[in-house]
Amino acid sequence: MNPTTFFIFTTLLKIVGIVFVVILPMVSYAVYAERKVSALIQDRLGPNRVGPAGLFQPIADAMKFVLKEDFTPAHVNKFYYWLAPCLAMVPAITTVAVVPFGSTLFGVPMVIADINVGVLFVFAIASLGVYGIVIGGWASNSKYPFLGGLRSTSQMISYELSLGLAVIPIFLLIGNLRLTEVVHYQINHGWLIVPFAGDWRNPLGWLLAVPMWISFAVFAIAVFAETNRLPFDLPEAETELVGGYHTEYSSMKFALFFLGEYAAMITGSAIIVTLFLGGWHFPGIPDGSHGWIFGLINIFVFFAKIAVLLFVFIWVRFTLPRFRYDQLMRLGWVFFFEIALVNIFWAAAILTFFDR
Amino acid sequence: MSINVARPKLTWSERLYLPAIAAGMAITLRHFKNMLFRRTKVTMEYPEEKWDSQLPEHYRGAPALVKDESGRIRCVACQLCEFICPPRAIKIEPGEIPAQDRFSKVEKYPREFDIDMIRCIFCGMCEEVCPEQAIFLRKDYAITGLTRAEMVHDKEKLLEIGGVMHGVVLKWNEKK
Repeated sequence: MNPTTFFIFTTLLKIVGIVFVVILPMVSYAVYAERKVSALIQDRLGPNRVGPAGLFQPIADAMKFVLKEDFTPAHVNKFYYWLAPCLAMVPAITTVAVVPFGSTLFGVPMVIADINVGVLFVFAIASLGVYGIVIGGWASNSKYPFLGGLRSTSQMISYELSLGLAVIPIFLLIGNLRLTEVVHYQINHGWLIVPFAGDWRNPLGWLLAVPMWISFAVFAIAVFAETNRLPFDLPEAETELVGGYHTEYSSMKFALFFLGEYAAMITGSAIIVTLFLGGWHFPGIPDGSHGWIFGLINIFVFFAKIAVLLFVFIWVRFTLPRFRYDQLMRLGWVFFFEIALVNIFWAAAILTFFDR
Repeated sequence: MSINVARPKLTWSERLYLPAIAAGMAITLRHFKNMLFRRTKVTMEYPEEKWDSQLPEHYRGAPALVKDESGRIRCVACQLCEFICPPRAIKIEPGEIPAQDRFSKVEKYPREFDIDMIRCIFCGMCEEVCPEQAIFLRKDYAITGLTRAEMVHDKEKLLEIGGVMHGVVLKWNEKK
């Protein structure tokens, strides 16, 4: 087998494996986890009828979505109405392409596309996700989806800024946008959330910890806003907008919106894990070059970290109330934008005066 | 005229909002933990577990007719329960007991006795008003049916729920 065929073959295998074997089941079980965790937080039992402890609930849900009538209201713009759910789901999954989800397995690097603009690609594709919501809201030709779509647009614009600015200190430090490089840097110098790990005497690490924590906090909060999760779920705000942008959708098209949200959560968590929490690295576990079993463990570690972050997403959702719209805008423009901006200068100053 | 309500002055830590977030997260995590380790009492899971054995004596379930120890339907078709029933769920058609019958001095018996369980509100007034202690509210509460007609309890069904009640009113005994 010549190298090109091998590359195409392994890439296809990775795409199929990561999307259909890992991400999509994870999405459906994220829905289950959401219901179960929310139930436990609210002193209820949650789904427990379908299968042991309700574990087959996602399958039953999928069956229900497939069997429901796919109804298209007469007053919608058909083309965009059909396009919107796809646009909600596709970018969320596409983002995974550049994220290194493992070290190597049988010598094959566990990242689908190791491109040198890594994080820019993530931002470019992830912000396409808003089009699904905006077009869905607009094409529905109905007031609640319309309002949801509008809110989503302004929310995305506001938080995309702090999202982008928050990661700049990381790349000032690392000097490379490639996400595999980010992970390798963290393996050698300690995870970016604890930059002082490993080299306790070096004052640079301790100084860097503060801007990194600020970056982490701002980035995580902006991801919450980007994925329309509470406390920033203004676009779908059930209590005010019925269902928000997906009010007019039913059946599998609604399911695509719904799953797109969870897929966005997973990819958002994947980015946070890669940038701040050391990617697939865990102290003491060697990478895939020491045997395929370690390669598998690395992949498992990566998704375990994502699972922990997903729990935090759910935990926050069932703790914090939704922001009022003006508070949301104020928070985005007056606080996070400025914090992220000042943070860049601070990190730059530290890097200038304490060169490693 | 407008009334101005003074807004409470927030302290520095309240304005920061973060301590409140942390406190809230701690509360929900505590609830999650307690549920996970089964320290919280939760609602009974109904179809699998039932309170049937622990229902109190005064429980008001489905009304039912009872027979006495000699197998006679206690009801004498006086129609007081039909009259008092607030939602008019009871329909009685009295019949005459023939002279040669052992209980001919009772004179009347219910030929038809229907209780529409869709209308019944389980108030227990029929039991209260009955001079013969012939109708009782029993402990059956899961009254189901697929049609309206199925939900009407006729005499046989009512007697089946009610069963036999011994020695409460003895005035129809032949020896008296």
